[in-house]
Amino acid sequence: MEITCAEALVRCLEIEGVELIFGYPGGAILPVYDALNNSKIKHILTRHEQGAAFGASGYARTTGKVGVCMATSGPGATNLVTGLANAYMDSIPLVAITGQVSTAQVGTDAFQEVDITGITMPITKHNYLVKDARMLPGIIKKAFHIARTGRPGPVLIDLPRDVADTKIPFKYPESVELMGYKPTVKGHSAQINQAARQMMEAQRPLIYIGGGVVNAEASEELLWLAETIDAPVVATLMGLGSFPGDHPLFLGMLGLHGNRAANLAVTECDLLVTLGARFDDRVTGRISGFAPQARVIHVDIDPAEISKNVISHLPIVGDTKMVLEALLVRLEKKQNLAWRETIARWKEEFAPKYRERDGYLKPQYIIEEIYRHTDGNCILTTDVGQHQMWAAQHFTFKKPRKFVTSGGLGVMGFGLPGAIGAQFGQPEETVVLVTGDGSFQMTLNELSTAAEQGLPLKIFVLNNRRLGMVRQLQEFYCEKRYIAVDFSFVPNFADLAKVYGFTGLTVTSQEELQDALKTAFQKPGPVLVDCAIDPEENVMPMVLAGKDINDAVDCE
Amino acid sequence: MYHTLAVLVENSPGVLARVAGLFSRRGYNIDSLAVGRTDNPTISRMTIVVEGDERVLEQVSKQLHKLVDVIKIGDITAAPHVDRELVLIKVNANANTRGEVMQIAQVFRAAIVDYGHKNLTLECTGNQEKISAFEEALQPFGIKELVRTGKVAMLRGAKYTNITKTKEED
Repeated sequence: MEITCAEALVRCLEIEGVELIFGYPGGAILPVYDALNNSKIKHILTRHEQGAAFGASGYARTTGKVGVCMATSGPGATNLVTGLANAYMDSIPLVAITGQVSTAQVGTDAFQEVDITGITMPITKHNYLVKDARMLPGIIKKAFHIARTGRPGPVLIDLPRDVADTKIPFKYPESVELMGYKPTVKGHSAQINQAARQMMEAQRPLIYIGGGVVNAEASEELLWLAETIDAPVVATLMGLGSFPGDHPLFLGMLGLHGNRAANLAVTECDLLVTLGARFDDRVTGRISGFAPQARVIHVDIDPAEISKNVISHLPIVGDTKMVLEALLVRLEKKQNLAWRETIARWKEEFAPKYRERDGYLKPQYIIEEIYRHTDGNCILTTDVGQHQMWAAQHFTFKKPRKFVTSGGLGVMGFGLPGAIGAQFGQPEETVVLVTGDGSFQMTLNELSTAAEQGLPLKIFVLNNRRLGMVRQLQEFYCEKRYIAVDFSFVPNFADLAKVYGFTGLTVTSQEELQDALKTAFQKPGPVLVDCAIDPEENVMPMVLAGKDINDAVDCE
Repeated sequence: MYHTLAVLVENSPGVLARVAGLFSRRGYNIDSLAVGRTDNPTISRMTIVVEGDERVLEQVSKQLHKLVDVIKIGDITAAPHVDRELVLIKVNANANTRGEVMQIAQVFRAAIVDYGHKNLTLECTGNQEKISAFEEALQPFGIKELVRTGKVAMLRGAKYTNITKTKEED
């Protein structure tokens, strides 16, 4: 029996196990939406296509499954672009489906036509323009395969309207054959042997982990490795949670706003075991001052990351989990007493701290209290800016996939739609969004989506009535010549939230915050707490541009 | 240093844009790029000449590998190989100079592919050095138009670049 290509598309998604699509309809994608009428796949109508891409990403980040978003041609498609770039930078598996004008119109500057495959070429792992309806099932199969395997990433499929309407005999391929795509998952055994030897010999080993550990689901193996070779662990923003944050061997986040103990450990270690991390410039600071005494072992699924920024002495290309499994049988339990003593001393000396200021609510205190009230049992979503760094520094992440944040792209406005996606991914979990007044105003239209879907989000706006991070940059790099960072108007977020059916609260002191936290976490349903924080507060420590990571400015 | 890469790609729409886009956005310099399909119509072969040190080349090669449409990359610079480029040159040639131009063509084993009252169009094949010398020799007569294909290259002897050993470098 023949069905339309649009119906085939929906059928393919069902076979791939897609439960949810975050999307926004329009003219060119009409046939696909029509086909969705007869499907059990749930469609989440966001209020902007960017919210759909971020929502799918939040879903993927908390579940490990492929997130799916959908939009129409032209503006629908371009509105997905930031979300795709975000997923690409953070290696999040996504499949985006866009409508396209009919093939006869392609290239004529037709109404709502853009060359979305051209536009997204550098920000997708791969993309397809479906020119022949019969190719569609194969393309969907390939798209999901590419999105979820190797180094995960977004794949876009552009479907012209006439192709969507074309009838085809439906058959979903069983396997994928891609001549040019065969990720290496098994690490080279000689390299692994050598890595094991170096780990046994090292006196000051350090494990540096990134989002690749989360993607590989390798937390258990990582814990085992750290305890076996008695090595402390430092994490990137994306790696937080893949090693228990309350473990004595954990030193926190490294990098430009990293914990000083973590950064010192990088400087002093003699072996840096890098797992699923990519030596981003926000992590390394001045490259020549990064791990200057260390031999570098780099385990990564993506060969292009090896020696891209920091020369790796011992590269192992492969799936982090499989490499760790192979490593563990080659290791014996050892102790590095002197190193661990040093580490413990640093850890105590450089524990995350902040200065109290009379009459002001400190953002770090809010983060710590959210942790205390939830016992860390929640999914913490953030936007981008100071609040994001405070959350990364002061929250204790104990498990992977519990911290949802935009890392590589650092996109403001990710928070709320990301939290919506996270809540759909983990309906039983408490989803907390920590955001700032700047970021929140970028996508607060999605409050409508959250309300419509009845999501019990707990939103904390760390409100300093300004773009705090940019202001901080202007303070340090522009000699306090502040421009375009202060809001002279900020809406009353509590009142605004009430319009959307949230419980809206405003707090200005620790006492009020405690009451609000009780309301937020004891009462079912959505709550927004607008927290008036110290507007002068900076993110500390801070490694200034061009400095080594052990050379940080700190509060005192 | 210039490197010559033999790159096998799927003959899919957009593959040239993907490869060329990758070079520009990552700041690599393409000296020349020649592309055409192979004996297998689903596969095209590119010969890319790129400038950079070893570290740049390693990145170029790895980033190219990441493109799903790229099947295989071989850096054949160091291995013995044959490389050729073709040039078409339209050069001024009147009754007085025509003889000399034809003589130069003979020296370079170039073919005369079009004959006009005021000009000749010459076709010459060879390595890049020869092509450049040919161009230089014709310069004094006044070159009206010139087009080069970019270099194509192939390994010598029994070694070859094909898809059987996928995604491995020679």
